[in-house]
Amino acid sequence: MTRRVFAIHGGVHPPENKSQSLTTPIVSAGIPELLVLPMAQTVGAPAKANVQVGDRVLKGQMIAEASGFISAPIHAPSSGIIAALDDQLVAHSSGITAPCITIKTDGKDEWIKHEGVADFRSCDKQALIQLIRDAGIAGLGGAGFPTAVKLSPSADKRITTLIINGTECEPYITSDHSIMRERAADIVRGSEILAYLLQSEQILIGVEDNKPDAIAALRTAAEGTSIEVVEFHTKYPSGGEKQLIEILTGKQVPSGGLPADIGIVCQNVGTAYAVTRAIDHGEPLISRITTVTGKAVAQPRNMEVLLGTSMRFLLEQCGWQPAEMSRLVMGGPMMGFTMPSADVPVVKTTNCILAPTEQEFPTPQFAQACIRCGLCAEACPASLLPQQLYWFARAKEYEKLEDHHLADCIECGACSYVCPSNIPLVQYYRASKAEIRQRDLEHIKSEQARERFEAREARLEKLEQEKLAKRKARKEAAKKPATASSAQDPKQAEIQAAVARAKAKKADTANGEDPVQAAIARAQAKRAQANAEPEDKLATLQKALATADKRLGNTREKLEQAKSEGSDKVTLLEGSLGKLEAKRQQAQQALEDYQQKEHG
Amino acid sequence: MSHMLDWAAQYPFFAAVIVLVMLCALFGALLGFASIKFAVEGNPLVDQINAVLPQTQCGQCGYPGCKPYAEAITNGDAINKCPPGGEAGIQALADLLDVEAIPLDAEHGEENVTTVAYIREAECIGCTKCIQACPVDAILGAAKMMHTVIASECTGCDLCVEPCPVDCIDMLAEATNVQSWSWQLPASTPTSHLIATDRGRGQAA
Repeated sequence: MTRRVFAIHGGVHPPENKSQSLTTPIVSAGIPELLVLPMAQTVGAPAKANVQVGDRVLKGQMIAEASGFISAPIHAPSSGIIAALDDQLVAHSSGITAPCITIKTDGKDEWIKHEGVADFRSCDKQALIQLIRDAGIAGLGGAGFPTAVKLSPSADKRITTLIINGTECEPYITSDHSIMRERAADIVRGSEILAYLLQSEQILIGVEDNKPDAIAALRTAAEGTSIEVVEFHTKYPSGGEKQLIEILTGKQVPSGGLPADIGIVCQNVGTAYAVTRAIDHGEPLISRITTVTGKAVAQPRNMEVLLGTSMRFLLEQCGWQPAEMSRLVMGGPMMGFTMPSADVPVVKTTNCILAPTEQEFPTPQFAQACIRCGLCAEACPASLLPQQLYWFARAKEYEKLEDHHLADCIECGACSYVCPSNIPLVQYYRASKAEIRQRDLEHIKSEQARERFEAREARLEKLEQEKLAKRKARKEAAKKPATASSAQDPKQAEIQAAVARAKAKKADTANGEDPVQAAIARAQAKRAQANAEPEDKLATLQKALATADKRLGNTREKLEQAKSEGSDKVTLLEGSLGKLEAKRQQAQQALEDYQQKEHG
Repeated sequence: MSHMLDWAAQYPFFAAVIVLVMLCALFGALLGFASIKFAVEGNPLVDQINAVLPQTQCGQCGYPGCKPYAEAITNGDAINKCPPGGEAGIQALADLLDVEAIPLDAEHGEENVTTVAYIREAECIGCTKCIQACPVDAILGAAKMMHTVIASECTGCDLCVEPCPVDCIDMLAEATNVQSWSWQLPASTPTSHLIATDRGRGQAA
């Protein structure tokens, strides 16, 4: 029975270059001396280390915890000692360092106690999803989205179809091909587990027709199950999630939506294999299959690699000729990223290490002007208008880019591949996407700042109001007694005032004082004050002398004590003693001077 | 009724005038009612402009915050006085107000990279002056206690630097990490290489 497959728009047929790395079965890369595990290996929040430098860890032990819903924990790929928790160069084009855990392996490869689930069908689904989350499994196809998140769609979305992606459409990469060829039974088992968790009736495994041996192996393994292995024509990029869904079901994922919106979940074959290892054997994700290929390696092959192994360690096992290599790429020739160095570690998303020669991957030629040939629009698998997007990106017209659905671009590189003017179109889209994301973030931040500013203004305003109210209340309180007395009968008050005036007048005349006498009295008072002053000054001077004496005495005592104890304060105290003596002398001098002046 | 119609037929001019006056009165009353009933509080344009401004509340424009500047723009002030918003901000304002985008007024400062205030905590004396200066309450602390900046809330406005009596506040540019790093636009297409034989001639290094 052959299932009807659908065609997608666009696509290209670059040279496949897959056979080179398929001549040998998967080989183990072994245990390197150092394993460097970046904290951010998947989409989402970086993991948080829960080990210290010097701790001994066992193979499979969780060394970093997930820090949020979209995040995956990290496990020790082999036993050893934690050598460092610091920033190291990671598999990222920027060459920026990022937090990593370094394990110095001991070669014993000692497993932590682990066991699988006997029969997954008798287990609670949430418990199984938690097992997958704790195993640190993320999409192994390239994007690295935590698998457990995809397995927990919102309650209103019913997943009817599970698609297992074995397309591997990008040239050179054969890691999925080799795992399908050699470990088909585990992939089928993993697919059944995933389908059980999602409760989907239909399970499709999509494989391009350039992998007949993989298709045969999967069909054999899937006999007696409800799994259907679907074969379709080879075209790049059929393996894009949305493209594969359209090929297999004819349905399109809505723009800006998720496959779950149309009842579909897509998982990579490597992920299905990792799920089997986690559920049936209790093994977390600590290794993956990575293709090492390119003309700068003598023996291209697929290797089972412990996560954290340096790329150099792998390349050297494959007969690497660094002098021949034009650049080192992680991923394939279409969507891969140039690595800053061969010393970066393999992470969960490293499906291929490509070491091409200059002849294979020539330095990109100068971009020429766009001639509006429209080949890019024909090649675009997402039915976008790459040429329009290019103009808008150059003009930085971000709103128009959004209107033209830049967000639906899967950055497959088909447009750049067909461009006769060698315009690096994808780079424009990547930069514009980043800019749009940055603007959105800034907008959120500015909204937050505005709210905080307004809250602060409101608070200050309220405080000011309260202060005013209090002041008013105080003023009123102060006014009250006065008004209370004056509130009495005004006539009575008038009489009282008149009486007071009369009394004052009488008193004045009784004293018989005239202004002249008053002036004399004032002058006398002033003189008396002036006489009293010298005595005051004398007293102050005497007091100062007494204080200086007392301080001097105290310090002398302390010095004696310090000397007897042999304390190191002696020199300090001697210094201050000298100063005090000088002060005392000054005080005495001042007193004597004053006395002389007074008597002389 | 028939009297009125007869009268209208006899004096069509007066009839028309009366009808028009009545209509005017009716719609006038309607408009008056609507202007009270559906009145919009505040100036909506101010809010729109305010939404475009970067909300750093830095006062580099000469107004005590973004909203006052937004109000000033509606009253005819220039749109090029906001250095944190930069060229992109001016462009957005120009689009919103349908005016020509003009270059940033250098008098109010230059467009710099976003920074975050950082207090050298060992040197902080706990004077609370920076806390009072911060327009978004992004500094935590109390009198005679060490202060610190909530980096995620800091707008990088600079206003806390000047009041600090011990100069222990630095404005640090945010370091790029793997998460915040982004691709840059390729260098623009060189137009001087239109001829194939020119290829390579201009390829310096």
